[in-house]
Amino acid sequence: MNIVVCVKYVPDATADRKFEDDNTVDRVGVDGLLSELDEYAVEQALQIKDKQADDTEVTVLSVGPENATDAVRKALQMGADKGVHVVDDAIAGSDALATSLVLAEAIKKIPHDLVVCGMASTDGGMGVVPAMLSERLGVPGVTLGSEISVEGETVKIRRDGDASTDTIEGSLPLVLSVTDQSGEARYPSFKGIMAAKKKPVETWSLSDLGVDAGSVGAGAAWSVVESTDARPPRTAGEIVTDEDGSGAKALVDFLASKKFI
Amino acid sequence: MAQTPLALFDTDSLLDEEERAIRDTVRQFVDAKIKPELADWYEAGRIPARDLARELGALGVLGMHLDGYGCAGTTATAYGLACLELEAGDSGLRSLVSVQGSLAMFALWKHGSEEQKQEWLPRMATGEAIGCFGLTEPDFGSNPAGMRTRARRDGDDWVLDGTKMWITNGSVADVAVVWAQTDDGVRGFVVPTGTPGFSAPEIKHKMSLRASVTSELVLDGVRLPDSARLPEARGLSGPLSCLTEARFGIIFGALGAARDCLETTLAYAAEREIFDKPLAAFQLTQAKLADMTLELGKGMLLALHLGRLKDAGRLRPEQVSLGKLNNVREAIAIARECRTILGAAGITLEYPLMRHANNLESVLTYEGTSEVHQLVIGQALTGQGAFR
Repeated sequence: MNIVVCVKYVPDATADRKFEDDNTVDRVGVDGLLSELDEYAVEQALQIKDKQADDTEVTVLSVGPENATDAVRKALQMGADKGVHVVDDAIAGSDALATSLVLAEAIKKIPHDLVVCGMASTDGGMGVVPAMLSERLGVPGVTLGSEISVEGETVKIRRDGDASTDTIEGSLPLVLSVTDQSGEARYPSFKGIMAAKKKPVETWSLSDLGVDAGSVGAGAAWSVVESTDARPPRTAGEIVTDEDGSGAKALVDFLASKKFI
Repeated sequence: MAQTPLALFDTDSLLDEEERAIRDTVRQFVDAKIKPELADWYEAGRIPARDLARELGALGVLGMHLDGYGCAGTTATAYGLACLELEAGDSGLRSLVSVQGSLAMFALWKHGSEEQKQEWLPRMATGEAIGCFGLTEPDFGSNPAGMRTRARRDGDDWVLDGTKMWITNGSVADVAVVWAQTDDGVRGFVVPTGTPGFSAPEIKHKMSLRASVTSELVLDGVRLPDSARLPEARGLSGPLSCLTEARFGIIFGALGAARDCLETTLAYAAEREIFDKPLAAFQLTQAKLADMTLELGKGMLLALHLGRLKDAGRLRPEQVSLGKLNNVREAIAIARECRTILGAAGITLEYPLMRHANNLESVLTYEGTSEVHQLVIGQALTGQGAFR
């Protein structure tokens, strides 16, 4: 089986994140890393590979700036077999539609039975790319899996919703996205770290993919960020005073309204 | 913009990508899996050594700088960086790894027969088997040549009698590398801990290294075949070569404890207000922070220099003494000074300062006391041995 995992290089969420003058996220001046939510995708791909016990190959694919190679390399350290990095100045500022176009064209050039994505990026956080990819590739999209199993040509997931738990299955080829509940991502082992140096990483440009530069980038985006404001400081919150025994209900109502319970 | 102490020295620029990746992996592991548990382990004086060994084995930490037999085969510098991150968690955790990798596994790797290596090293690399190293005795620490543990020939076998003391991992070990006097000088033996006559009672009531297993090894007529003898070690140079390995890891490790103390203290001093301004804004606090940062950074530069020498195959034992003497001495000074900035909060397990300071009391005297390292350096400088 051939598995492609899509990963994003994102600004480190624990560091200061900034915007450029054009209101795009500054992805060069800050430390970046493999999006934590994509680590779960890499993990599931590697678990499928381990269970297949055949010549299953995992290719990690990233569209991003020069240093996005770091995200590819991290996935290779975790155990992926090879990497593809699509980098092109024209891609900067792309929205999800354009990103999914570039990803889809790259995936078409890589042998693939299964495409695995994280549930969303930790910076943009839209979570729409997996569905867009399935549309662009013309294959089923089995998304937001918190438990994944592969039997022959069938991929089965459990999707935990607010009101119900769904079991969804689809036949290969398909696009799968996994949540942060799908299983803790492994640490790269030292052998994995050392082996990753020797694993192949190909670098492709838009012309390699036959994608017109005019169809991607900030200029082609369907939505524009007009301004950004820093999040205001945390407010004091709401204090529930229990005078007549209704406090517990007020707490429960609050938690339910926020979907904590 | 506030910088971390080591960022001020930009020591990261002295590391290659692979070393940074190994360092980051161990740091993430320690932050996520170890630090949240430490206070409880320390208070209880117990660690889940078997589980820890397996997790560390899965990462590739155990015997990481050795080649073959399932070991990762990293550089010595990468091993040092891993020790630093482990000891930023706790000296006990680093001790577990030092004893497994640099004492027990290294002894087998360097002095063992092919059969001994095949039998033990792959299982020790994964953490399935835990090793310990028995050299020190109740009455012989800095003077191991006087050891009373004896191995005598009995037909084709050897019979070992004696007591070893302060043995890390002893009670949880599957195999002990034990050094004993023979008619042919000091020899090493590979002792499966299930061998009749072997026992390893744990040492309790410790005020230091409480998140570490420390034991006595009792050898009461332990009968072993000649194939249990380490064929390539003859005389005290055998165990001493292993100690040099472990001391190398401590040069980096001690800095991990110091860094954790200093970073904790910087964060505390920024938050804690006294006389209506942060503690960090007082000159006396800043003088302490600056001096500690200087020592931490100097120690790091020394450690990295010694690491590069070791990777080039040029590190001499007296240079290891320079590093161990300086970095442990400075680390304990930093831990104590940091405690003065936290005041009473610094004595609790809520913060790591007193735990690190207490641990470093052991690190100061194990693997060669500071005094022994001074004498090693003194001998290198003067040509005069002043040990006895």
